[in-house]
Amino acid sequence: MAKQVSPGVLALRKVVDDVHTEAREAKKRGELVGWSSSKFPCELAAAFDLHVMYPENQAAGIAANRYGELLCQAAEDLGYDNDICGYARISLAYADGKRAARKFDPETGEYVIDPSTGKPLKDAEGKVVIDPETGKPKKDPKTQTPYIVLDDLNEINALPDGPEKERRLAAISPIRQMQIPQPDFVLCCNNICNCMTKWYENIARMHNIPLIMIDIPYNNTVEVEDSNVKYVRAQFDKAIKQLEELTGKKFDEKKFEQACANANRTARAWLKVCDYLQYKPAPYSGFDLFNHMADVVTARAKVEAAEAFELLAKDLEETVKKGETTTPFPEKYRVMFEGIPCWPKLPALFKPLKEHGVNVTAVVYAPAFGFVYNNIDEMARAYYKAPNSVCIEQGVDWREGICRDNKVDGVLVHYNRSCKPWSGYMAEMQRRFTNDLGVPCAGFDGDQADPRNFNAAQYETRVQGLVEAMEANQQAKEA
Amino acid sequence: MSAVYTLGIDVGSTASKCIILKDGSEIAAKSLIDVGAGTSGPKRAIDMVLSEAGMKREDMAFVLATGYGRNSLMGLADKQMSELSCHARGAAFLFPEVHTVIDIGGQDVKVLHIEKGAMTNFQMNDKCAAGTGRFLDVMARVLEVKVEELGDLGAKSQKKVGISSTCTVFAESEVISQLAMGTDKCDIIDGIHRSVAGRVAGLAHRIGVVPQVVMTGGVAQNAGVVNALRAELGCEIKTSPLTQYNGALGAALFAWQAATR
Repeated sequence: MAKQVSPGVLALRKVVDDVHTEAREAKKRGELVGWSSSKFPCELAAAFDLHVMYPENQAAGIAANRYGELLCQAAEDLGYDNDICGYARISLAYADGKRAARKFDPETGEYVIDPSTGKPLKDAEGKVVIDPETGKPKKDPKTQTPYIVLDDLNEINALPDGPEKERRLAAISPIRQMQIPQPDFVLCCNNICNCMTKWYENIARMHNIPLIMIDIPYNNTVEVEDSNVKYVRAQFDKAIKQLEELTGKKFDEKKFEQACANANRTARAWLKVCDYLQYKPAPYSGFDLFNHMADVVTARAKVEAAEAFELLAKDLEETVKKGETTTPFPEKYRVMFEGIPCWPKLPALFKPLKEHGVNVTAVVYAPAFGFVYNNIDEMARAYYKAPNSVCIEQGVDWREGICRDNKVDGVLVHYNRSCKPWSGYMAEMQRRFTNDLGVPCAGFDGDQADPRNFNAAQYETRVQGLVEAMEANQQAKEA
Repeated sequence: MSAVYTLGIDVGSTASKCIILKDGSEIAAKSLIDVGAGTSGPKRAIDMVLSEAGMKREDMAFVLATGYGRNSLMGLADKQMSELSCHARGAAFLFPEVHTVIDIGGQDVKVLHIEKGAMTNFQMNDKCAAGTGRFLDVMARVLEVKVEELGDLGAKSQKKVGISSTCTVFAESEVISQLAMGTDKCDIIDGIHRSVAGRVAGLAHRIGVVPQVVMTGGVAQNAGVVNALRAELGCEIKTSPLTQYNGALGAALFAWQAATR
C-alpha cells in the first residue's frame, strides 16, 4: 500500500517547491539570487527580499537522487581532494557549471535508457513477471530511466542557438536541485562546519561575486560569553551594510522584525514536530525529520513554513491520539541516529532497520535547527550554538537529553567521512552514552553524499550486532 | 532421552568453520576450510563436519549460521546471527569469567563487552585492513614466511623496529624498505606484531578493557600478537586452542538454545 501523505507534509513540500520556483523566476527577471550556508542568519537576507538557495540541501537532494558520485568525481577532476566534504564537492562542481544530464542519441535526440534501472514488471495479479530468456524479473519499461552523464552548463551556453544547445539544455536532470540558478552573491556562516569558509570563498572566487561572511569561532565553553555576542553582533552590522551595498536598498527594520517573528514561529512549530518522537510508538521516523529539514533551512523566515509545520504538528497530534504511526513496521527498538544519513544509500540504510524493527526516534541534527530568540542579542547567541561549533560537554548534554526524552534503547553512529568535526568526537561521545545511559552504541563508516564510502554488508553486521546487544540489555533488565 | 545435536557454521571472509555440539556442552566434531564467503569453503566445511560426526543435516536439531557469509546459508540454516554475538557466546562458554573479547578476524577487528555471558556493547574497526588478519597475510607474503611461522620468528627479535599501523599498503612498503636496508626479519616481524597490537588496543580502549580479557579468531594463534597486546593493555589475555572455531562454537550454542527452548 502506498504511504499516505499527510496535509502537513504536502504543505511542506509545496513551500520548498515554491522557494525554488520563485528563485528561478527571479533569476530570469534579472534579480539577484544568492547561495547561503544552512545556518547563516536568513533573517538578514529576508529583510532585503533576497532570493536565497541552500547548497547543503541541494547537495543532499542530488545525492539522494544518486548523482552524488558523478558530481563528486567532477569536483575531484577540478582538483578538489576526495577527503573534502561530499556536499562541498557536489556544490563546487555545480558552481563550476557541471550538471547531471540524461544521455541522448545525437541522431534522434531520444534518451538512451539504462537497462539496469526500473522496478520489476508485475502482472494483473501483482506477481513479478520473469523473463524466460534470462530467468530474471522483467523491468517495467514505464519506470526505467535514461543513463545519467556529466554535462557542462558553461559549454552549453557557449554554443550557438540551435537544436544541439536546446537538446543539451533539456537533457539536464529536471530535479529542482539540478535547476538552481548560479549565484550572484554568497552568504556564509561557519557555525555549521569549518570547511564552509573555504567552500564559499572558492565559489565567490569562481564567479567573482561578493562573499558575506559571519565567523562563529568554536565555543569551548557551554556558555556563550557576552564578548562572543558582541563579536557576532558587529558582524551582523557589517553584513547589513554589505547587503545594502549589494542591493542598493536601505535595511528594512520592519521586514527584519517580521522575518524574525516568522523564524521563531517556524522554530517553535518545528520543535513541537520533533517532540512527537517521544511517543511510544513514535508517530513517524526520525528519518522523516531529515526530509523536513529542507523547509527549516530554506524557508524558516517565511510565514508559509511556520504554517506548514503547525499543520504537520496538528496531523501528528491526531496520529498520536489514534495510536497510529507512519513507520512501515512495528516498533521493537528505538534508537538515536547520530549524524547525517547516507543520502545515496537510503534503501540500504533502512533495510536492516526495518528487518529488525528498529525505529529512529532521536536525531540531534534536526532540533538543533529550531532556535528561538527574543531580541538580536539572543539571536546572535542562538546562531553561536550550532552542532559543530559547541564543545563536547554541550554536545553530549544535548544528545543525552534527547535520548532520555525519546526513550532510546541504543545509538547508531554514522562515522561520516564527509564530516570530520562531527565524526571526530563521536568515539568519546559513544563511550559517554554507554556510561551515562547504559545503552549500547554501534558505529558504521559512511558518507552523506559520496556512495563510495559506504559498505552495506559491514553496515548490516553492525546493525545486527546493535540489535542483539539491545536484546541482551532488555533481557538483563527483565531478569 | 536421545542426545540433541546442533550445528554452528561460521563463514568468515578468509575461512569457513563448523562445530557440531552434543547437548550444548560437548564438541562432537569440528571442521575448518581455509576459504570463506563466496567460495566452495562453506559447503566443504559442512560436508567435512557431518562426515567426521558420521551424521546428516537431518540429524541436526538446529543449524545456525554466522559470519560475513551467514546470509548465503539461509536455505540450509534455520537462523542466522551476527558473528559479534556468536563470538561473545563462544568465549563465555570457554571462559565463564570473560568481560572483554578481542576478535581479530580476516578483515575485521571486534572488541566486545560481555555481561553474564551476553554481549552488551561492541566496537569494530572502520573500513581499513590495518590491524586485521589480512594485514598479517600481506606482511607474511612480503617476508616470504608462512603466516603461522610469524609468532615463533617474532619471538627471536633482538632489536625494536617501528612499523606504522595506518595503512596495510604503506606498512607493506615500509617492510620492503626495512628488508632492503638489511634489517633482520625477526625484528621486522616483532615490529609488525606491535603495530597490530597498537591499533587493536586503541579500539579496545574506546569501549573500555574489563578483565577477564579473551582473544579469539585466527590471529590469537600468533603468540607474538597476543604478547604485544598484553603489553599494550597491561593485563592478562586468555586464549584457547579452539580460538578459530570460537564463532562457530557460539553459533552451535545459540542453536542448542533455540532447539531446546
